[in-house]
Amino acid sequence: MPGPFDYTVWILCTLLEAGVVVCSLLRHSFRRYFTLNLYMMASVATSLGRYVFLTRSGLASNEYTYFYYYSDAILTICLYFALMGMYSLVFEELGAKTYVRAFSMLLLAGTALFSYGVVHQSESRMVTPYVFELSQNLYFVGLVLTYLLWGAVLKMRETRARVVQFILSLGVYFSLYAANYALHNIYPNIGYWMYLPPLISTLLPIAWCYALLRFNEDARLAPARLAVIPR
Amino acid sequence: MMPAIILVVSLAALLQFFVSYCRSLIAATVKQPLSSEVQDVTGISRAASGEDFLRVVQLLQLCPARPHDRGEIRAIDAYFHLLNFLRSTLGRIAPALLSWTEVERGHCTYFAAVTLERRIAFSRDLLAQQMST
Repeated sequence: MPGPFDYTVWILCTLLEAGVVVCSLLRHSFRRYFTLNLYMMASVATSLGRYVFLTRSGLASNEYTYFYYYSDAILTICLYFALMGMYSLVFEELGAKTYVRAFSMLLLAGTALFSYGVVHQSESRMVTPYVFELSQNLYFVGLVLTYLLWGAVLKMRETRARVVQFILSLGVYFSLYAANYALHNIYPNIGYWMYLPPLISTLLPIAWCYALLRFNEDARLAPARLAVIPR
Repeated sequence: MMPAIILVVSLAALLQFFVSYCRSLIAATVKQPLSSEVQDVTGISRAASGEDFLRVVQLLQLCPARPHDRGEIRAIDAYFHLLNFLRSTLGRIAPALLSWTEVERGHCTYFAAVTLERRIAFSRDLLAQQMST
């Protein structure tokens, strides 16, 4: 069973995720950042579901293991939608919303087909290192998509403080997760990696809460201050 | 082989995203003027120096923290230590990097001074509320 550390981080993370939705509602930004809020609400629902399975079936049970990994896959899809929402916001002035929506649909269809393939794998593969490789690849694709978006932000001189902070925190989140899973694939016997994902997962709601509370919708940043190499 | 490539690329991207994130936090404060009171306390009259960062952070710790500025000061503190690391390693062989880290360290100090200003205002508000009740 999880120890006090695991429960503390779990509860803290769930509260922070709910906090993002509350902050978004208080700042009247719920609809504008709907995909981000959708991801946070899905995260809260998943946490509650995992707790129910944990108390009913136990940590070592197949039910909990399957629920954990399938819910993680669904959360990753929601996170992809959050990323597409960011693409949509960045490209809204170019009138490219239709293309972004079409790309989102293609991405969803691709992910759904891929997940369908995963479901049809043998039962034993789901609890082997294959699962970690799958997660690593999904997070790495997310990282590449975020990096492309960040490139577009710099190129288009996007200045909206909230949008910039949302994208950069997504980048930090995806790169930390991808690096963590890759490290686990290289050194599967090191035990530390079990503690890292819960801690990493608190970073995103903290950064998004901060962006919602600290900046209003009109806040702008100087584009030259965002690039690592000043322009 | 593939996990090793993913690890290297992810760590490189992490570094770039982290630096850009910290720069975006600093960018939000860079145009905010400091009051003469905070200028006197911190000794920052015109351009802030990286040498003053630790002293300003110590002053910050004397003030009650505002609910949502703990995370940002931790991020900037980590960024400052990263800059120190770059300065003491790669900075010796690349003078351009050395001057860039010095400018960035100064911005970190200015950010800490602006946070100090906000905390002082927050403390005054708290005191005023207590006096009125």
